[in-house]
Amino acid sequence: MAKKKESAVETAVSAVETVVKTVRKRVEKVVQDETTKEAVEAAKNAAEKVARATKKAVETVVADDEYVTAKIPEGPLAEKWTNYKAHQKLVNPANKRRLDIIVVGTGLAGASAAATLGELGFNVLNFCIQDSPRRAHSIAAQGGINAAKNYQNDGDSVYRLFYDTIKGGDYRAREANVYRLAEVSNNIIDQCVAQGVPFAREYGGLLDNRSFGGAQVSRTFYAKGQTGQQLLLGAYSALSRQIKKGTVKMYTRHEMLDVVVIDGRARGIIARNLVTGKIERFFAHAVVVGSGGYGNTFFLSTNAMASNGSAAMQMYRKGAYFANPCFAQIHPTCIPVHGEFQSKLTLMSESLRNDGRIWVPKKKEDAEAIRAGKKKPTDIPDEDRDFYLERRYPAFGNLVPRDVASRAAKERCDAGFGVNATGLAVYLDFKYAIERLGKDVVEQKYGNLFQMYEKIVDDNPYETPMMIFPAIHYTMGGIWVDYELQTSIKGLFCIGEANFSDHGANRLGASALMQGLADGYFVLPYTIQNYLADQIQVPRMSTELPEFVEAEKAVNAKIDKLMAIQGERSVDSIHRELGLIMWDFVGMARTADGLKTALEKIKALKKVFWTEVYIPGSRNDLNVELEKALRLADFLEIGELMARDALNREESCGGHFREEYQTPEGEALRQDDKFSYVSCWKYMGEGQEPKLLKEKLDYEFTERKTRNYKN
Amino acid sequence: MWLFNSSVGRKVVMSVSGAALVLFLLFHGAMNLVAIISEEGYNMICEFLGANWYALVGTLGLAFLTVVHIVYAFILSVQNYRARGRERYAVTDRQESVEWASKNMLVLGFIILCGLSLHLFNFWYKMQFTEIMHSAGASINDIALATNGVHWIKETFACPVYVVLYLLWLGAIWFHLTHGVWSALHTLGWNNNIWMPRIKCIGNIVSTLVVLMFAAVVVYYFGLSLGASCMLS
Amino acid sequence: MEKTINITLKVWRQAGPKAKGRFETYKLNNISTDSSFLEMLDVLNEQLVRERKEPVAFDHDCREGICGMCSLYINGHPHGPDGGVTTCQLHMRKFKDGETITVEPWRSHAFPIIKDLMVDRGAYDKIMQAGGYVSVNTGGVPDANAIPIPKAKADEAMDAASCIGCGACAAACKNGSAMLFVAAKVSQLALLPQGKVEAAARAKAMLAKMDELGFGNCTNTGACAAECPKNVSLSHIARLNREFICAKLKD
Repeated sequence: MAKKKESAVETAVSAVETVVKTVRKRVEKVVQDETTKEAVEAAKNAAEKVARATKKAVETVVADDEYVTAKIPEGPLAEKWTNYKAHQKLVNPANKRRLDIIVVGTGLAGASAAATLGELGFNVLNFCIQDSPRRAHSIAAQGGINAAKNYQNDGDSVYRLFYDTIKGGDYRAREANVYRLAEVSNNIIDQCVAQGVPFAREYGGLLDNRSFGGAQVSRTFYAKGQTGQQLLLGAYSALSRQIKKGTVKMYTRHEMLDVVVIDGRARGIIARNLVTGKIERFFAHAVVVGSGGYGNTFFLSTNAMASNGSAAMQMYRKGAYFANPCFAQIHPTCIPVHGEFQSKLTLMSESLRNDGRIWVPKKKEDAEAIRAGKKKPTDIPDEDRDFYLERRYPAFGNLVPRDVASRAAKERCDAGFGVNATGLAVYLDFKYAIERLGKDVVEQKYGNLFQMYEKIVDDNPYETPMMIFPAIHYTMGGIWVDYELQTSIKGLFCIGEANFSDHGANRLGASALMQGLADGYFVLPYTIQNYLADQIQVPRMSTELPEFVEAEKAVNAKIDKLMAIQGERSVDSIHRELGLIMWDFVGMARTADGLKTALEKIKALKKVFWTEVYIPGSRNDLNVELEKALRLADFLEIGELMARDALNREESCGGHFREEYQTPEGEALRQDDKFSYVSCWKYMGEGQEPKLLKEKLDYEFTERKTRNYKN
Repeated sequence: MWLFNSSVGRKVVMSVSGAALVLFLLFHGAMNLVAIISEEGYNMICEFLGANWYALVGTLGLAFLTVVHIVYAFILSVQNYRARGRERYAVTDRQESVEWASKNMLVLGFIILCGLSLHLFNFWYKMQFTEIMHSAGASINDIALATNGVHWIKETFACPVYVVLYLLWLGAIWFHLTHGVWSALHTLGWNNNIWMPRIKCIGNIVSTLVVLMFAAVVVYYFGLSLGASCMLS
Repeated sequence: MEKTINITLKVWRQAGPKAKGRFETYKLNNISTDSSFLEMLDVLNEQLVRERKEPVAFDHDCREGICGMCSLYINGHPHGPDGGVTTCQLHMRKFKDGETITVEPWRSHAFPIIKDLMVDRGAYDKIMQAGGYVSVNTGGVPDANAIPIPKAKADEAMDAASCIGCGACAAACKNGSAMLFVAAKVSQLALLPQGKVEAAARAKAMLAKMDELGFGNCTNTGACAAECPKNVSLSHIARLNREFICAKLKD
């Protein structure tokens, strides 16, 4: 508390100093001009500025530990980032060599950050849990990457990309961050092309674009249906180049197990060598975490099997705030669950909704007959089909945003109209498109997706409608960071999906790739220097320091505790149970009662986990079950945090839908007066309730509107 | 030297030596066809390519190419065997698009080598080698026979065992070349998606042509010998 | 409605890199034909854990055929008998009731076994580090549309770039050669003007690294392309050869 006051006072003092400087400049100018009128005006302005700055500082002091500030630079929106870069501190080349930076993760954010920091001359240690940095789950992104290039001359601009992103995020994102993201989006495309990323091109040889949900312009760059793969391989190649040069040292099959904090600053990590089981200590002047999202809390998600939220929880337990944990995106077009052995869900590109019509049977008995296998979807005549999206949202029809489409599917299935043996699926029918456009055109547009569907489901989508169902896909929430991407722990930075900053309550398609690369290539390499400039005098520390020893001891104790349980339950069986709780109560539609039930159930499940889990093998060996158990221990905590946050946020916005807060037509109802803030959860100790801090979201440059897809 | 210490370099040596040998076979085959058209003409060629300096240089060149091709084949095979690792797959299955010949080039090569030894014994030893020995001063009974190629052809292919052996040998050559010809061009970089099927087709035509030319002589003279024995009886 | 099959699995078990391995036989009943091959292995592992035995270690991650982490040599084919898919996309409906399925790790001198079915494919990373990139630093690059690239070339580069680095090419090759992997990257970058500048040096460096790491010599059998889950074409190898030979002739 005292520290916060101090910093507020510091802010106030520096504000006053700026004003004094400005006044002096103005006065000097006036003396030259000899225009008294201007002098008066200048004095007036200066006085106003002092008043505003003082007010802000005082507010911060008064608000005390209730509020968090994001260190957003002053000035007009469009100049904030330029100004920041012009005035930030830098590290000179000779000193860069003496500074170590740990980067955890090799996805778009991690790999691009590690490569760029290596190019700048820092000494980088890069970690990933897979066998190669190229495996990170960014690779699975299909659709594309947005940029405000306006190559199509359709009226796109940095401001428009900024505005679409803010609106798509349902006004729960930070303006300054999003504007910066839109600004650097163009550099990303240039950079990737220079690396040899084979983006799709037109016959004239120039780059092609496609349109995506939530925008009125075509600004999405793509490489077939494998954009994520190509961008990641681009970053991976840049990273490989630095590894060869020796500026980056790569640690594959290493999992971060804790962050080491010395005197309030992040100074290293504890990691487990997944091949030997050895616990290792690593020092660095700063730690950057780009470990991805925590969607696997739901067990079944479109995330990779090893995607996890453990790095985030380690930071959280060391004092970094966890922001907006309840904001998770549910994607409407995934291949439905087919059985109890299912391990993950596969996404079908959102583009399918351009030509497919979504329906369920109108009559319940038809739905029941289909579920029992007595009827086929093709047996249902058109008049007995309920095209519920077209019925509910005449203006947007099948092209409503992801969250709306997902909820509508759930509503129909809950009402008993779902298809598939499980009753948890709806139809996406291309019959009409084939009638209208011909099979050839449909095949040209969607052939590869149809083929993928057929491989998995063994149904021919040209003849029988596809079945789809929503699934967890992306988490907008994450570790809280300020404008510099620094967490509330000094020297600890968080980038990509792991942080919370740019997507608000809902992410637009093709924006995740943009954010990951923006953070890694163009934002963090600047902002981290503002921190490191003060660290050049700090020598490399020994990993024998008590903080390192303590951290390793804690990690060892946790592993020993897990290994010693020797219960009867497999890790996956408990994880599946957690997934069901999350899906039922913290999924697409949430209620206060449901969330309270979830909290209780998770608590009980946590107990089951810590008393009944069985981990075979040894801790000093490659032990996949132990890896999974360590991750599940954290998923249980995240699940609790998500439910807690969802319970606190008594409004519906973006991916977060509280049934109590909806319009009579069943649409999301935001509560801007009460919840226009970022929920920052602060860890208060094992078994203690976390404390809620808030970062106020001021919309200075945009006007908040209600999203409307009906007319 | 990259032709020795890089994998593509070694393959270049294989393909260049192989391609040169294929050219030789085409030349040799064309020459053999003369034996069907005119016995005198064939014998003239035999005389022309006897123990003359250019024929000897050519023979040495061929021998060199053959040795290089064989030595490299063994080096590559040993290296490739090592690269597979100590433990082998317990179950292997064939892939539809993979030619059988391409996986058995060494075995085919070995069969061809055996055939070659036989061939050298049957013809070269009795012709050019005899001439060489003769000019070196060795006492030869009938030096005229050394340039009478048709005589040796007739003698050899009157024997059904030799006919079968030669045809088997030619079969092995055909398999070896169906892969060898396009593979050589591919290794030299003369290939792309459009030319892949064309080059494979060219390879098949060349190998079939080579084999047919040789087989024609074998079958023709075998037939001739059958006819002759019929007439005798 | 759901169809199930009973199968016998012969799985390679090996405790560590130096340990001696052997096949273990497991019987699995009532496997849904809708489940993927890896989900079937999950079931096996769940069964082993219940019996308090160590589960089978195998690599996998995205389970949608793009990360390249899954491997496995199934019934004599890398990524199993189905064409154009990775192991994680292979479904049990491709197998018959009562069938015996043999599962082996990638076997190649350059891919040492870590445990059971897991192998170390770090060699591919090392080849990439030798030159699989365009030497540009972040920032200071020209506008993305400054150099037009013919669509056909961009598309062919994309085909090469779709390689997922899974190692099936080297695992399938009777010579243990990694040529298709190396060729895919060399070819992708040689086709694009951005990568053309360093094409010669790249081809030499990546090939030298491949040879150094103990991969075999390519004999153009084409098993790599036949088994490649992303159908990377053999013709990229010809381009690599061309780049390499031209580079060496110029030296």
